[in-house]
Amino acid sequence: MRLRDRRALFGLTVLAAVAIAAIAAPVVTAGNPNAQRDIVATRFLPPLTADLHGTFHPLGTDRFGRDVWTRLVYGARISLGVGLLAVVISVAIGTTVGAAAGYLRGWPAMGLLAFTDFALALPRLVLLLLLAALWQPSAALVVVVLGLTGWMPIARLVHGEVRGLAVRPFVEGARALGARRARVLWRHILPNALTPVIVAAALGVGNAILLEASLSYLGLGVQPPTASWGSMIASGRDTLVNAPWVVTAPGLALVLVVVACTLLGDALRDALDPGAAKR
Amino acid sequence: MLRMLWQRALVGVAVVTGVVTLTFLLLHAAPGDPAERLLGPAAAPQQVEAVRHALELDRPLTVQYASWLRRFVRGDWGTSITTGRPVGAMLRAAWPATARLVALSLLLSYALGLLVGAVQTARSGARLDTTLSVATVTLFALPGFWLGLVLIMVFTYWLRVLPAFGAAGMDADFLSGWARIADQLRHLALPLLTLTLIGVGGTARFARGALLDVLAQPFVAAARAKGVSESRVLARHVLRNALGPMLILLGLSLPALFSGAVLVETVFAWPGVGRVMVEAVQSRDYPVVMAATAVSALLVVAGNILADVLAAWADPRVRGAAREA
Repeated sequence: MRLRDRRALFGLTVLAAVAIAAIAAPVVTAGNPNAQRDIVATRFLPPLTADLHGTFHPLGTDRFGRDVWTRLVYGARISLGVGLLAVVISVAIGTTVGAAAGYLRGWPAMGLLAFTDFALALPRLVLLLLLAALWQPSAALVVVVLGLTGWMPIARLVHGEVRGLAVRPFVEGARALGARRARVLWRHILPNALTPVIVAAALGVGNAILLEASLSYLGLGVQPPTASWGSMIASGRDTLVNAPWVVTAPGLALVLVVVACTLLGDALRDALDPGAAKR
Repeated sequence: MLRMLWQRALVGVAVVTGVVTLTFLLLHAAPGDPAERLLGPAAAPQQVEAVRHALELDRPLTVQYASWLRRFVRGDWGTSITTGRPVGAMLRAAWPATARLVALSLLLSYALGLLVGAVQTARSGARLDTTLSVATVTLFALPGFWLGLVLIMVFTYWLRVLPAFGAAGMDADFLSGWARIADQLRHLALPLLTLTLIGVGGTARFARGALLDVLAQPFVAAARAKGVSESRVLARHVLRNALGPMLILLGLSLPALFSGAVLVETVFAWPGVGRVMVEAVQSRDYPVVMAATAVSALLVVAGNILADVLAAWADPRVRGAAREA
């Protein structure tokens, strides 16, 4: 029981701290994340050092003499923003498809379900690579593509819930009172089906953040010089030995945020679904 | 059993056909003309026209689609734009490396994940359970490409014990017998470790949940009431029944595992389908991208059928359900 509370507390604290830092980025950092000064003198400074100009670098500098802490904080804007927006798209599509498949009968429902299963069987990263190859990579494309490839699990969850709820007495009661099918679905069934969606959304944000970083690492996501945790790791790849901090800082940030999302999702599931509380 | 296999194979064919159709549609939906994309901005109009004709782009979409399907089935997947080699040969050379890496890491992460999950279930609620939960959540959250770089940093640059790139050393052709096998194992070590560590996180989390679900079933209480020893309850009654959900997870987690393999192959220059695909995407080598997408779908579908067969073997109820269906 106490573990559950600690999980939610940890998750919320980390996410709130990262979100506040991302919003207040100009205040908590040295300013421009792409600022380069005297490259030769300021590049590859180890963490906790000051450069010639007296600017302090808490996490050191990268190969262009850019401040790693500043880029990390501005990168959080991309990570959180892309993750949240992608999940909003996924939830919207997934809920619509799942509700339709669960409430309709006959071949439209079968068709929607078959399409969901088909999309679920594809490796998501392969789809992302395919789309990134055909269109010009950008942050907006990453959001849309992550949203379009992440709705399937949510559709399956909503479908299951709606099917279960549609035969419950209160739905029959609403129908008996003369409510139209659309109104029954919207007002009576969907609000009760949203619990697993909230949990899946929390887990989905972590997943989307990881995939954005993966794409940016491959050079197919957010394009340099814009700071993104994935592209920061890619830029530190060649200097693993001389400047390990360039790769370490964004990697740890990624792990921390994804762990926070996962723990928050776990805690939400246990709190909202007492049947699974023993987990 | 045979009937189930037949059904699953039909669904598999439908999925692969769907993927091939999807790649075709996406290539045509993407902005710009495929022929112009192939040739680049410097191409003369006559060149573009010639390529359009060679690729049958000047014919109706349905005709193009039919010939694309026909060529795909025949294994005639065109030639790579960057290397000039036949795409089919490139992928035939690449897929065993991916299959080996994925299958081995799957085996290891399942064995370890079940073990960790079982230990956690046996000590449910204790400090060891909490510690292991924190560990598995962290492993689950690790970005594969980053973990790969960290392992290279530790094992290749600091400890200098394992190679970081490729599937075999430069001198592999001169090695014989055991030395050659040892060389291959040393190259396999880091990619396999990366993929397995991430896999263990997910499997252990799922195994713990599945085991606890079974533990709450009435038949477990009945077995205990009969006086069956706790270790025998865990081994014979709980583990056996948790195997079904675990094998279903196997099928469901294959796409994610394959996605992970794409990144790990890129980090370690492992000569598999994932690396071929990433390089093709980066150089906009469309024939290779299309075929690699189809091959990865094929691998996932084949793995899914294998997982279904295993699930039917482990759980007689699944077999019965398939017979009635």
